[in-house]
Amino acid sequence: MTKNLKRLDLIFKNEGDSEAILGKTLARSNEELISDLIASGLKGRGGAGFPTGLKWRLAADDKADEKFIICNADEGEPGTFKDREILTSVPHKVLAGMAVCARIINCRQGFIYLRQEYTYLVPHLNNAIEEFHQLMKKFEVDFQVEIFMGSGAYICGEETALFESMEGKRGEPRNKPPYPTNFGYKGKPTVINNVETLAHTYSIFKYGPEKFRDLGVKDSRGSKVFSVSGDTPIPGIYELEFGMTLQKFVDDFGDGDAKAVQVGGAAGFCVPRKRFEKTIIGYQGKLTGVSLPTGGSMMIFNSSRSMYNVLHNYLDFFVEESCGQCTPCRVGTQQLLMGIQAVKRGERPSTYLDKLLGLAEVMRVTAKCGLGQSVANSFSSIVENFKEEMIY
Amino acid sequence: MSPIQEIIQKVSASHGTERESLLPILQAIYAKNHILTEEDMIEVARELDISAAHVYGTATFYSFLETQQSGKYIIRLCRTITCMMHGKNIILQELERLLKIKPGQTTPDGIFTLTETNCLGQCHKGPAMLVNDTPHTDLTPESIREIIDKYRREALQ
Repeated sequence: MTKNLKRLDLIFKNEGDSEAILGKTLARSNEELISDLIASGLKGRGGAGFPTGLKWRLAADDKADEKFIICNADEGEPGTFKDREILTSVPHKVLAGMAVCARIINCRQGFIYLRQEYTYLVPHLNNAIEEFHQLMKKFEVDFQVEIFMGSGAYICGEETALFESMEGKRGEPRNKPPYPTNFGYKGKPTVINNVETLAHTYSIFKYGPEKFRDLGVKDSRGSKVFSVSGDTPIPGIYELEFGMTLQKFVDDFGDGDAKAVQVGGAAGFCVPRKRFEKTIIGYQGKLTGVSLPTGGSMMIFNSSRSMYNVLHNYLDFFVEESCGQCTPCRVGTQQLLMGIQAVKRGERPSTYLDKLLGLAEVMRVTAKCGLGQSVANSFSSIVENFKEEMIY
Repeated sequence: MSPIQEIIQKVSASHGTERESLLPILQAIYAKNHILTEEDMIEVARELDISAAHVYGTATFYSFLETQQSGKYIIRLCRTITCMMHGKNIILQELERLLKIKPGQTTPDGIFTLTETNCLGQCHKGPAMLVNDTPHTDLTPESIREIIDKYRREALQ
């Protein structure tokens, strides 16, 4: 089942009633609120797609006396800029989502982990937080939010690397399990949600789970904010309903000559023109579902683009951003880059690409975190679909 | 009290003296001096009561912290895919011509450092760059000249 492309305005709509909505929501019971979230079908908008209601329930079930809620604003995936816009336009919705979560899981301290590239947003965000703290006082809720600045590391968008970074360490991902809902920041139960996810929880509490659930298709409910860039006459941020085909997306946003779309950023998949019609945007197709720190990146390439250059750029990115902790990722990313260069120069036969595809699969299975595992997504989808461009 | 100790005290007043304060402290020192020296890192290690090797390990992990001297204005030009597609190389050439340095270098007068960086989250307005904390987008060779002139004037005043 597919849907027509539908533009929505839920996230960015500002009706000035957030205080009333928050008050009404906080008056309801924890169990009701979690049931609403689960019924809505909301999944994490950072890319991994974990059901948000379940995450909150797991943290609520842990009886530790200290817990944390963290808003992940380390938006580092190439081609993604929607969280920046959400924090600029509607920070109060994100903060309201954090407050409700805090009440449900029983925590007093929240953080916004903001990437350093967005330092210029800090004064604006601090104003919003100041207003929010006044509101918390008014509702007699003991909950504070602080901004924690990142320092330029893509990997810190991975939740456990983010905790390490906040603890003053190198941003190297931990082994999972234990999961953050039991063992997160400082070893305490922690809910970590993407900026957009928290903003969606506000909409769900405002409009009810049915309205959210009516949008989208079976496993992908609701709307999603997409960051559209590349060869498009109208780059920007668009809230669209889940379930459209890539063809419909390209018809609306492409420049008429799109040969491929990269869905989900450098960690996502490259879809060639011949598969536009069959590709549906949503979690079940694992299309926006695998990208590591941030979902919703849509980069359009037209026929003037060399896909070799695109892949080269992604691999440069991964080589630099690999944290270096595990060998498959540290060495694998470098070998993939050197490998495609060698094939291009004619130093290796074209069959060497098959070996590289094998290496990418090994990385998918053996790398410690999502970064190393998802290099294979873009690598395999570009090499397999544009083999001739890799060789000649 | 040394200037570094003052920064440490100021940050730990709001963040505490646990290791969780390490990144904010390093960020504050770097924002002021545009370098993290060995002496700074040893001092931070002593104040937080952790090993200097841990401080060094953290400091060198992050791309926005450097252990060598950067200029007053750090230019970070985005080199990721969409900025590259929209003419990042022309902007880089123009920056190199204007500043007479290559990426990774600092002008002899200590005003500008030029580096390339990964995605800045301004993909719909590429090419983009940061000058210290300020983003500049939709760059053209002409706008680059004006931007550089503006910062140079500021530095010389």
